[in-house]
Amino acid sequence: MEPILVLDKVDKAFGGLHVTDNVSFTVNRGELSAIIGPNGAGKTTLFNLITGYLRPESGTIRFKGEDIVGLRTQKIVARGIGRSFQITSVFPEETVLNNIRISSLSRLKQTTNFVRPAHRFRRATDAAHHILDSLGLTGQAERPAFELAHGDQKLLDIGVALALEPELILMDEPTAGMSPEERVLTRELIRKLWKEYNLTMVFIEHDMDMVFGIAQVVRVLQQGALLVEGTPDEIRNNKEVITAYLGEEL
Amino acid sequence: MNSSVKLKETAPWIVLILIFSLVPVLNTSDYQLTLANHMLVWGLFAVSFNMLFGQTGMLSFGQALYYGLGAYFTGMLVDRIGPEWFLPGMGMGIIAAGLLALAIGPLTIRVTGVYFTVLTLAFAQLAWGITFKWYEFTGGDDGIQGILPPGILNDPVVYYYFTLALVLASIWFLRRIAHSPFGLTLRCIRQNPERVRFLGRRVRRNQLGIYIISGVFAALAGGLVAGVDNSIHTDMFFWTTSGEVILMSVLGGIGQFFGPFLGAGLIILIEDVVGAYTEYWSFIIGAIMLVMVILFPMGVLGEIQKLRARMKGRHAKREITGEGELGTDPRTR
Repeated sequence: MEPILVLDKVDKAFGGLHVTDNVSFTVNRGELSAIIGPNGAGKTTLFNLITGYLRPESGTIRFKGEDIVGLRTQKIVARGIGRSFQITSVFPEETVLNNIRISSLSRLKQTTNFVRPAHRFRRATDAAHHILDSLGLTGQAERPAFELAHGDQKLLDIGVALALEPELILMDEPTAGMSPEERVLTRELIRKLWKEYNLTMVFIEHDMDMVFGIAQVVRVLQQGALLVEGTPDEIRNNKEVITAYLGEEL
Repeated sequence: MNSSVKLKETAPWIVLILIFSLVPVLNTSDYQLTLANHMLVWGLFAVSFNMLFGQTGMLSFGQALYYGLGAYFTGMLVDRIGPEWFLPGMGMGIIAAGLLALAIGPLTIRVTGVYFTVLTLAFAQLAWGITFKWYEFTGGDDGIQGILPPGILNDPVVYYYFTLALVLASIWFLRRIAHSPFGLTLRCIRQNPERVRFLGRRVRRNQLGIYIISGVFAALAGGLVAGVDNSIHTDMFFWTTSGEVILMSVLGGIGQFFGPFLGAGLIILIEDVVGAYTEYWSFIIGAIMLVMVILFPMGVLGEIQKLRARMKGRHAKREITGEGELGTDPRTR
């Protein structure tokens, strides 16, 4: 197994509060893993640290063997880390197709072109259509993103990250705010995308059916620290996790 | 691109070229020719400003800086050396505007929103102050008169077609930018700058790019106007000039590429028509702006597009996107 992302003693404090407390773990290439933990456990902060949105006080974050601490978000993204957001983050006035297209254009390093119409870039457009197809959003391609239902906007958000063709994709609560039916569909979709695009995926989730349904590795955060990591079965039967987070019923 | 999109794209150009190229042919007075000239030049100024505001979401209150710079380079070189320096002066004004924008841009772009607006205003006012006070060099409050373009350009009709050609070419170029991947990036920056960073793109570098481009075309408009009026004045640097171009854009519709061009024409027309009856024409413009912003926030062209979309039974799209365009209610941005 080849490690793609290695966190070593990563620490982040706001004032005296340790939001990320000495966290170390290794994500292997091709892995589909989940991060769980109660609200305020520092899950999103961890994503912010990995993507350079925040900078850790100490510790190293290695991506493909290189330390990425201190690099700007743009640089980290360019190295192959994509991200979707807990609170949907798309370009609301653009069409669904354009939302993906800008991402594809960015991957192909064509966003500096200022003379050719964007829709004439065949490779980017084809790639965008392919992603829309994978997400089942083809029928909505020409609608502005703000018109989409919440669930579809969440998928579009993932699509924008996917179009970067990242080697590692971080998804922050991909099913937040979705109906139970949508959650099931999204779970299967993510599993499908993971296989289809040969991705390494890390997702934060509160939906335990999703976590234990598709993740190969589960990491539990509590008050900024990594409480435990293991396979879904190991986590489900872990006494500490049960008392700290999951409750007796699991 | 299908034929209806093609038609949609070419229609405004045909209308523009037809109307403006016919102006001198139809028995117009010199005065009317000057009016049409002003519409063209201010139209370009407004469109270039809107590349910043409508497209990228950066409300500059200091585009007069570049407009004035273009005008003063042209005017002063003609005044000091001679008419043959008219075109080189215009070129130098454009280059100077680009360099100045490159120098000032990184400072103003560091801040966003109202701070950006105030900072751009401050730089423009600084330039106005210098021009105003430095009497020996700039002519101060008197401005400079007698700026005559060289050779055949001195003929008003020839100069008019010269302006028309340059303005149309510039607007065509800006239109290309608006539809290009760079233009799409700019729209995305307006809507969600954070996400643009997560696409691996640098927000400020793109903002600087369009800030420079906008300044360059403002300077071109300024240089052209020196030849239309045959004079320049410190007011060209003043905040009211920056303000006027904002009014024009909002009136025409900042979510529409051609909105500011239409807005510029309308304001110049209103000034002229109402100004013939009363010196309180600015009151009328104020009243119109009030009504527009409250009732028709998308601007004249934006509301027309909305109406057309409704008639086709579609939800009024917020577009400025690749195919056709329309903006959101700018008040809620």
